[in-house]
Amino acid sequence: MGTGMRFNGCPSKNELASAPGVPSLEDLNRKPLAVIECIEPIPCNPCEHACPFQAITVGDPITNCPVLDPEKCTGCGTCIACCPGLAIFVIDMNFTAATALVTMPYELYPLPQEGAEIDCLGRGGNTVAKGRIHTVKTSEKFDKTALVSIELSKEFAMDVRNIRMC
Amino acid sequence: MRVVNHPILGEDPKKRKITIYIDNKPVEAMEGDTIASALWANGIKACRYTPKNQEPRGIFCCIGRCNDCIMTVDGIPNIRSCITPVKDGMRIKTQKGNGTWEELK
Amino acid sequence: MKNIDVAVVGAGPAGLSAAIEAAKYGVKTLVIDENRQPGGQLFKQIHKFFGSQAQMAGIRGYEIGKKLLASAQMHHVQMHLNTQVIGIDETNTLAVIKDHHYSEIKARKIILCCGAAEKTLAFPGWTLPGIMGAGAAQTLVNIHRVLPGEKILMVGSGNVGLIVTYHFLQAGANVKAVIDAAHSIKGYGVHAAKIKRAGIPIMLGCTINRAIGKKQVEKAELIRVDERFNKIPSTEIQMDVDTICLAVGLSPSTELARMAGCKLYYDAKLGGYIPLINQDMQTTLEDIYAAGDMTGIEEASIAMEEGRIAGISCAVGLGYCPDTATSQRVVQNIRLNLSQLRSYKPN
Repeated sequence: MGTGMRFNGCPSKNELASAPGVPSLEDLNRKPLAVIECIEPIPCNPCEHACPFQAITVGDPITNCPVLDPEKCTGCGTCIACCPGLAIFVIDMNFTAATALVTMPYELYPLPQEGAEIDCLGRGGNTVAKGRIHTVKTSEKFDKTALVSIELSKEFAMDVRNIRMC
Repeated sequence: MRVVNHPILGEDPKKRKITIYIDNKPVEAMEGDTIASALWANGIKACRYTPKNQEPRGIFCCIGRCNDCIMTVDGIPNIRSCITPVKDGMRIKTQKGNGTWEELK
Repeated sequence: MKNIDVAVVGAGPAGLSAAIEAAKYGVKTLVIDENRQPGGQLFKQIHKFFGSQAQMAGIRGYEIGKKLLASAQMHHVQMHLNTQVIGIDETNTLAVIKDHHYSEIKARKIILCCGAAEKTLAFPGWTLPGIMGAGAAQTLVNIHRVLPGEKILMVGSGNVGLIVTYHFLQAGANVKAVIDAAHSIKGYGVHAAKIKRAGIPIMLGCTINRAIGKKQVEKAELIRVDERFNKIPSTEIQMDVDTICLAVGLSPSTELARMAGCKLYYDAKLGGYIPLINQDMQTTLEDIYAAGDMTGIEEASIAMEEGRIAGISCAVGLGYCPDTATSQRVVQNIRLNLSQLRSYKPN
């Protein structure tokens, strides 16, 4: 059995490394950026139109994977809620000296409380670390997809993609 | 179990409780339910028993195509419970086999 | 007997789109649907759709449904709901039943948008209450707001299986696993990723051996299969479940096309027998068109585009489009969009 998205539902390290929407660690260490974990040629482009800074390009054909321009991206998170695949995250690697801030789309009930301690889950649903809900943003523009930001130890920022309430 | 709160759909819009009768027993339903959804919300999953082997059948397609969930409703047999709205006081019977027209008795 | 220019059978995404386009040209259009609410299966699609921003991408299915209904109303599309079409003849007459009363509707053109029905999977115990189509469970949860059960097993890792599993999680249900006899996930990776990171096991190379239960399903017995789908002996495991959802594909609802005498052909990839259609969505009968899942199982976004072509083709055929250059251009754009939407399918 192979590894990667098609075989276990988790994009592998290689798949993520070759995704044009996933910025390099070097760039991520420099500034907050969107991380677009979109690795399949899906006919879909709302992210391209959502970005107020033209930092995301899908272009023609529409099955291109989104390309992120780390120079233009400000990590604002506008793209997160527009992705039908819920595949966009924003990582602020230097939120504090020791912690990173991971912002993710969240569509479950109930929404977490700001300040709550939570389990941070990896792409496979496994508990990776403890974290704290920093902010929960909702907006009419997000159309019921909340933006949940969690503060967690830096070393786990590239592995944590979900939360579970304790 | 009813989904009272939902992250996308919000609160369940069904608010008014009514009573239907399943095999002469009163069961609580909500206005806006179908017969099948009211049954399921009450944990009742057998809509009928088959003619030959008397095996239970429940919801299968839930959109009125497969006819697996047919019941006898207010004396009329073979009513698709998954697409028929409940009404207060409705009398529903778990259908045995092909059912009978009770009005015609 | 009622007379109408265009009768559309089915008020789902394809039928509504077809009716709206025809009505835009002033064609007197009637949509007939057996359900009490129009929209087909759109109103249970609570996720945001893929596709092009220029169309309806990023919008939740039920919102698309609302938009279509508003547009149909604005363009004076007539609607006969709770009305079953039970027959069609060579004079383009539809036999319909509403509330036990029979009547006939004669149309100059007919667009069949009858959708599809869920396929099933036969295994010992498969008829037990609690075993249902994944779409059925989706209807229960998202339309009727009732959970199908407390412990759910999903059979099938295609888009329907993955998406409905995610809808269960949103409704607060406990999904024990998603299984598939295939050795790779059949649907889009991002749909799989959403449920995987919520901790739902996705078990591949695994099928259901039997369902166990007396009055309803109590356990599912799973078994591993090899690359050629042969069951591997002694690999059975039992799982406590009260619901088994079958997401094993859809089959086009072609009964009316068959009855009308449209030529059908078999296409396994598109779901089975489907009417032979040309690029205007016209069947082998001049006045009968078809669109949506009944011409092959695809996405709702594709059904809507097909419906639009059928609607415009009927308007042109009936002489409602004097400016053929413009309508040609519109159709060309839709075809282009269709080819893009179809350019990638997982597996």
